Amino acid sequence: MKTVFLEFEQPIGELEAKIEELRFVQEDSAVDISQEIERLQKKSQALTKEIYSGLKSWQIAQVARHSQRPYTLDYIEALFTDFDELHGDRAFSDDPAIVGGIARFGGRPVMVIGHQKGRDTKDRIYRNFGQARPEGYRKALRLMRLAEKFQMPIFTFIDTPGAYPGIGAEERGQSEAIGRNLYEMAALKTPIVCTVIGEGGSGGALAIGVGDMMLMLQYAIYSVISPEGCAAILWKTAEKTSEAAEALGITSSRLKSLGLVDKVVQEPLGGAHRDPQAMAQSLKRALQEALRQVESLPAEDLLARRYDRLMGYGKFKETAAR
Amino acid sequence: MSWFKKLLPPRIKRSQKSTKGSVPEGLWVKCGSCEAVLYRSDLESNLHVCPKCSHHIRISARTRLDYFLDPEGRFEIGSEVVPVDSLKFKDSRRYVDRLAEATSATGETDALVVNQGTLKGIPLVAAAFEFEFMGGSMGSVVGERFVRAVEAAIDQKYPFVCFLASGGARMQEGLLSLMQMAKTCAALTHLSEARLPFISVLTDPTMGGVSASFAMIGDVVIAEPNALIGFAGPRVIEQTVREVLPEGFQRAEFLLGKGAVDMIVDRRQARDRIANILGQLMQVAESA
Repeated sequence: MKTVFLEFEQPIGELEAKIEELRFVQEDSAVDISQEIERLQKKSQALTKEIYSGLKSWQIAQVARHSQRPYTLDYIEALFTDFDELHGDRAFSDDPAIVGGIARFGGRPVMVIGHQKGRDTKDRIYRNFGQARPEGYRKALRLMRLAEKFQMPIFTFIDTPGAYPGIGAEERGQSEAIGRNLYEMAALKTPIVCTVIGEGGSGGALAIGVGDMMLMLQYAIYSVISPEGCAAILWKTAEKTSEAAEALGITSSRLKSLGLVDKVVQEPLGGAHRDPQAMAQSLKRALQEALRQVESLPAEDLLARRYDRLMGYGKFKETAAR
Repeated sequence: MSWFKKLLPPRIKRSQKSTKGSVPEGLWVKCGSCEAVLYRSDLESNLHVCPKCSHHIRISARTRLDYFLDPEGRFEIGSEVVPVDSLKFKDSRRYVDRLAEATSATGETDALVVNQGTLKGIPLVAAAFEFEFMGGSMGSVVGERFVRAVEAAIDQKYPFVCFLASGGARMQEGLLSLMQMAKTCAALTHLSEARLPFISVLTDPTMGGVSASFAMIGDVVIAEPNALIGFAGPRVIEQTVREVLPEGFQRAEFLLGKGAVDMIVDRRQARDRIANILGQLMQVAESA
């Protein structure tokens, strides 16, 4: 598959196009230009390294939303075996924006749940761009209860622009569905490991994001509101999206330093989509390690630990009572 | 300037000092719904519900608690928790300036006020959102005060009642404010384990991240008449679906019809109705 380059990656894109051209030429050329190709490849790598070492938050957001970025089902395929998808909330419908099911992780039965975006136009519409409706969150909760019952650890993969803002979603209780998940996940008696793999869009992301370990891929983002939305509300212009992205502190490194993320999983040079296999391998190791840290805790200790973590969220001052 | 002064021709306005024109500012209030002009004192004795059209006018957190709780034996919980600007957030203005301005406008240090007190003799912890403080938005302080309110209720085996009025999570605290949704809901799991009731009262407006966390988790969820309640704002939905929203969409009555809330309670009956619910859930003996 041909790599799609983002606007700020255009110099890399141009180099890669040149390499591609030379490769094509080489096939029916008498002159050996492999050295030249190699030189350009090195240059392209160096350039990628340079550009990626100084990414702005808004550029990272674009990598997080990259159309070729691996999605939940890609990771399920690469990291798990014997996956059986389970469908529906048993009340209204099945929401394709969230997928979930039982699978084996290193041989061990687990529950895996994640937002799912579509790859092509038709698929994107089918997946509603990864924006779940109440029935999606209710399906997720049903599967989490199932996992609790059969003592399976839960892995969640977060990748959504946000919960769907639609008429039907409101009518069927979008707020209740999200709030209920936050409430139930806080006390679910099985380990929960959450990973933001792409876009962590506000309440719609958090609705499957309460757990014992919080992982985040290097170029994923997690935010209370989209940079675009924040710019529109606070700056009253979409032109300030980049400033908003910076101010909101949406990147993995910033969130790690704020104590909201436990582990940042490094991505291949140029982002997860440039080498999905390498990405899957390092994510697999990170998930194994994360699970190892919490799986041996007795349920009571696990819940106490989770509760303390949740209570620790927030920054404020204490003064003498007024 | 009052609406009345605005209407007066300049010549009469100039001479008003010598005439009966010394109307104190704010003696009159215009109902935002039916536009009836009302005496402030009449409105206050009616708990800020328009006597003409029953419109429930938005009220401050402290006014809310004054109307709801018994006057005696009240004290505040969580006021020692005050905000910090941990992200050094600056949009067109700095977060610290917005906080200072909100404090001088409302007299509050953040958007949630918690009281311990009694309701018709039933001891309880009650919290109310201050919508005029940055749109009642939930950041770290609101989350922490909420948790301290819940803990106080658990410690004393009291029920907990929260009056909501909020636009959602506070953007200026970034992801920290999103996490308050998880934090508040987690605290409620402990209240529930202690078999203590949580009554959630949704007032105009209850939106976004506050709506999508503890708002709908109440053992009993009550809404004030015509309150706007929802996850996404009506404008966002309209832009997304490109349809005209149905009549009364996201209003309390609409939510009742969809099964999202237990009941709609007129502000003037709130004390009686909630005392009745709490009395039964707390197994208080029937009063003679």
